[in-house]
Amino acid sequence: MFYRESGQLKSSYPADQAIFPIAQDRWFVIGVLAAAFLVIPLFINQYWANAVLLPFLVYALAALGLNILTGYCGQVSLGTGAFMAVGAYASFKLVGFFPELNFLIVLALSGVITAVVGMIFGLPSLRIKGFYLAVATLAAQFFLVWMFNKVGWFYDYNLTGMITVRPIDFFGIRITGPEATPAAKYLFTLTVVCVLALSAKNIVRGRIGREWMAIRDMDIAAELIGIRPLQAKLSAFAVSSFYIGVAGALYFAVYLGAVEPVEAFDINQSFYVLFIIIIGGLGSVLGAFLGSAFIVLVPILLKNIMVGGMGFDSGMAGHVEILLMGMLIIFFLIVEPHGLARLWQIAKEKLRLWPFPH
Amino acid sequence: MAFDIFLLEVILSGLMTGVMYALVALGFVLIFKASGIFNFAQGVMALFAALALYDFLAEDGWFFAVFGFTLPVWLAIPATIVVMIVLAWVIERTVLRFLVKQNEIILFMATIGLAFVLEGLGDILFGSDVKPLDIGIPQGASDWLLDSFNLYLEKLEIFAAGTAAVLVVVLAIFFQRTRIGRALRAVADDHQAALSVGISLDKIWVIVWSVSGIVALVAGIMWGSKSGVQFSLSLIALKALPVLILGGFTSVPGAIVGGLIIGVGEKLAEVYIGPMVGGAIENWFAYMLALGFLLFRPQGLFGERIIERV
Repeated sequence: MFYRESGQLKSSYPADQAIFPIAQDRWFVIGVLAAAFLVIPLFINQYWANAVLLPFLVYALAALGLNILTGYCGQVSLGTGAFMAVGAYASFKLVGFFPELNFLIVLALSGVITAVVGMIFGLPSLRIKGFYLAVATLAAQFFLVWMFNKVGWFYDYNLTGMITVRPIDFFGIRITGPEATPAAKYLFTLTVVCVLALSAKNIVRGRIGREWMAIRDMDIAAELIGIRPLQAKLSAFAVSSFYIGVAGALYFAVYLGAVEPVEAFDINQSFYVLFIIIIGGLGSVLGAFLGSAFIVLVPILLKNIMVGGMGFDSGMAGHVEILLMGMLIIFFLIVEPHGLARLWQIAKEKLRLWPFPH
Repeated sequence: MAFDIFLLEVILSGLMTGVMYALVALGFVLIFKASGIFNFAQGVMALFAALALYDFLAEDGWFFAVFGFTLPVWLAIPATIVVMIVLAWVIERTVLRFLVKQNEIILFMATIGLAFVLEGLGDILFGSDVKPLDIGIPQGASDWLLDSFNLYLEKLEIFAAGTAAVLVVVLAIFFQRTRIGRALRAVADDHQAALSVGISLDKIWVIVWSVSGIVALVAGIMWGSKSGVQFSLSLIALKALPVLILGGFTSVPGAIVGGLIIGVGEKLAEVYIGPMVGGAIENWFAYMLALGFLLFRPQGLFGERIIERV
């Protein structure tokens, strides 16, 4: 009754090409953003920022990056954790070299460095396909993490082998380290994620995005209609790695504050992000956010129910949690292999016909 | 002369480790051939099988708690095989059946989910502490080789190599000479054609998962005897992946040869390159080696040639 596009006539091309052509969608998104920017900072505290909101935003950004590569360009990658590590270490070294540099520029440069590394490890994709490529990206995963662990230059030769973020001010407001307020961390991350999500949406519906999708659907056919596989695949690797690199830098600098490569960026991290895009929906920007919310919130929920509600000890709860996560993943793949984004679409279709579906 | 012996020792022990990798890779290949599923849970299946076997043998397991006695080795192994067959059947019934014709990445993710489930289940049922697995496989260095050739080799590894050889021969006979084996090859060739001549896909999948469950059991026994049954056993799956891409996803001989190449390459690199770059390179060296091979043969050494048509 309320969600219907009838009567919303478009009279110009820009209006036709809008990201949200239906007014209700537009208002809904504006409402969500307004709540995220104006309301949540009033109520945010340390627990909510560190346990829920920051991981949600950071993983959503990483998932956005992986979704560009896997969901839009069809190249399965299991090296996400390592590329996040590249972003994190790049930001660490950059802040070390240029303490005065604006943190936004540091983030962008970290992204660019990750993009270059990603392109190098993307080169085999021109020759290797499918699962062979997926396993080949594991080479990146293990090699890079090993390198960050072994080469002292990356962690400034400190004895613990960990990297710890320096206090960074962003236009006079502290955004990293323990002195930063949760609201400042949250707002900074939220802004970066929103800007990058908007650009991702626009990249994937433009010329490059269509090239990626053509490569994904059938690369030989795409080549025949004049798409250069080299350019398309490497640009997908570059853009995807840029996003993942920025996510890695935020993960290290804003969210965790100190990381140790073997634990923070191991292969489970790669699977984690892959889960997010599969559960959220391959080839969907919205899916990255929905999947991230699911993957971040469900374990917290399960833990609270089991430890708080049913009185399991935490070791047992950990085992049950793994078991239930596995079951949920399988369940979701069976019920809706196209992910939460598809469910959302179906819900909208239903809503359009409601309350008279016939 | 001493150097040569050392080199020989490194190569031989690499070959033996390679056999152990190949055992895990074999399970992958079987499932991939028959159903096109990249089964990430293979490593956890090996862990699960080893845990189940331990449970039948040890006095602190469920089996002892329920029935009051433990099984001898010759009964415990068939019992574990039954467990793995039941597991295969349950997996087919609850997961695979609903995912027929899905995109391969969806199936891959489902097997990761499965790996989580098995891991959680194994921990809940059997506990997560390290368990020594002793089923009477000889341990320690081989005295005969040590005395007559001055070579140091683990008896266990020689035993594993022998078992692997037997296993491969049995599998080859099974695939080439039996009715079920022919059906399996038919399914591997073309699902729909196989269906249309009256082969039941459901049954074939249960059989294939059972067979690879049994292979997982063998791998689990070998690795479990070597380093105890513990969670890290499931990580050998990650060791088997470069073996797979090197040998080709669809080739049984590929898994063996790939395992040997990776085993030897890894040991040589560990001994000769490792010290130069700070050690611990065995985590990624195998992948780099496999990647190098892939650049020349994108389908792996023995994989089926990839033919693409528009």
